[in-house]
Amino acid sequence: MIEVEEVHFTYPNGVEALKGVSLAIKNGEFVAIMGQNGAGKTTLVKHFNGLLKPSKGRVRVDGVETTKTSVAALARNVGFVFQNPDHQLFSETVEEEIAFALKNFGFEAEAIQKRIDWALNLLGLTQYRKTSPFLLSGGERKRVALASVLAWNPQMLILDEPTIGQDYQQKEKLRQFIVQMQTQGKTVVIVTHDVEFVAECNPRVVLMREGTIVADGEGREILTNPEVLTQSSIVLPQIAQIFMKLAPLGLPKNVIDVYDAKEILLKAREKRRK
Amino acid sequence: MAMIETKNLTYTYPGGTKPSISGVSIKVEKGEFVLITGPSGCGKTTLCRCFNGLIPHFYQGELQGEITVAGMDTTKHPTHAMAKSVGLVFQNPENQLFALSIEKDVAFGLENLGVPREEMGKRVEWALKLTSIYDLRERSPHEVSGGQQQRVAIAAVLAMQPEIIVLDEPTSFLDPLSAEKIFEVIHELNKKLGITVVLVEHRLDLTAKYADHIIIMDEGKVCFDGDPHEILSNEETRLIGVGIPKATLLYQILRKEGMNLNNRTPLSSEELATQLLEAFETT
Repeated sequence: MIEVEEVHFTYPNGVEALKGVSLAIKNGEFVAIMGQNGAGKTTLVKHFNGLLKPSKGRVRVDGVETTKTSVAALARNVGFVFQNPDHQLFSETVEEEIAFALKNFGFEAEAIQKRIDWALNLLGLTQYRKTSPFLLSGGERKRVALASVLAWNPQMLILDEPTIGQDYQQKEKLRQFIVQMQTQGKTVVIVTHDVEFVAECNPRVVLMREGTIVADGEGREILTNPEVLTQSSIVLPQIAQIFMKLAPLGLPKNVIDVYDAKEILLKAREKRRK
Repeated sequence: MAMIETKNLTYTYPGGTKPSISGVSIKVEKGEFVLITGPSGCGKTTLCRCFNGLIPHFYQGELQGEITVAGMDTTKHPTHAMAKSVGLVFQNPENQLFALSIEKDVAFGLENLGVPREEMGKRVEWALKLTSIYDLRERSPHEVSGGQQQRVAIAAVLAMQPEIIVLDEPTSFLDPLSAEKIFEVIHELNKKLGITVVLVEHRLDLTAKYADHIIIMDEGKVCFDGDPHEILSNEETRLIGVGIPKATLLYQILRKEGMNLNNRTPLSSEELATQLLEAFETT
């Protein structure tokens, strides 16, 4: 469980990135943090594993205040995957990259091999086991960074822009993986601009603007609210855009899923025919 | 006139065991807006690196086949000679920025071309304003966000006013509304100034509507090449990891269910909404 109470954060250069943020994330929740560039999203999630400590207010992870523990201690339970994989990768091969944290956490050699195999397979990287991460494409490097964190099986996963550079199939795998994490009672927090990805997952959405939270609720409700979204520089998902334009037909507006859209439109057509 | 033409282009990175692109033959006409897409690792970025001669001059490796860009054989012209005609915006902006201020970064290419001082000032201001970073011009490119860095990289290329702009996932770090604004600026330059645009993107929801021409790659090869309305109506495109726009997907599903929508496959929510409103009026 993450509890954020009235958190303010000012960077050394004087930029006030968080201006009184309060938020609670329960175990097993799936939360998407959205908002325009510079809204404070990444700054906020860096508080969840103690990478940043509040200038004012407090953050507790599973009841422990982050100022009273170390990033290393928090990391075992809170896995963090950065926006730019190049800030995270440093090993000679993909396999060594994944092994690094596992060795640090003191896993047995056999367990390390098993976990590496599992993570490589999950993210479709098995063929690159012996390849240098720097020879891979941007999207593939992103997956290596993700694999290296998933391998140690943290209780909570924070993914900063996980869908950047990922194709449709990879995004679909990521979505299925997040669902699987949730069935295991794990917490997943993503920071993302990818409205279509969020529309497919329908998580809880926390919308930020200029260092504060401006909306917090079900994806379906927030992603179909044009006033709130435009203020945060987010465009509506395509399905929501279509239903906005279909307003003259008197259909519901809070639709973000393709298959929900199909059902509603087919029913509406039946009704008209009668 | 073809601005880019490749014939049987095949390339293997140094130490690579198999080609990253193989047998690629494409043609991009002057003034076209071309979208290149395909699964991650399919060779899109590698192909872009051929367009301005980074391959083979910088990356070396083994290049076979023919490639002509803006009338020049890229294997025979050095990268700096290509830079005047072809501007490339990379996936990761950090690899591209190096100057002390954003303004200097945007001016750098023009200085190299020997553009007169006054003209240079005008072009830099124009590019900074188009990409909405004029107010940041005194800042260091390394102290702004990833999204802002992407704007700087785009501004630097626009300032050069090349004949061809090649953009490799240029807005991935930008929020959706900012990304849309950038794509609109690029689309406008394409239509007004006739600049040829080659855009590499996964997010067809955001970009398919701008394209005159789409090229879909898989495992280093071109598997579809042509009109976006036709190609995205092909259900096979979904199979090779191309996420077709949600509006296009919904259209396909509704047509299968017997909804009387017209034959032109929509690429945007506007197009599908219009078709649906028409369909409901006639029901």
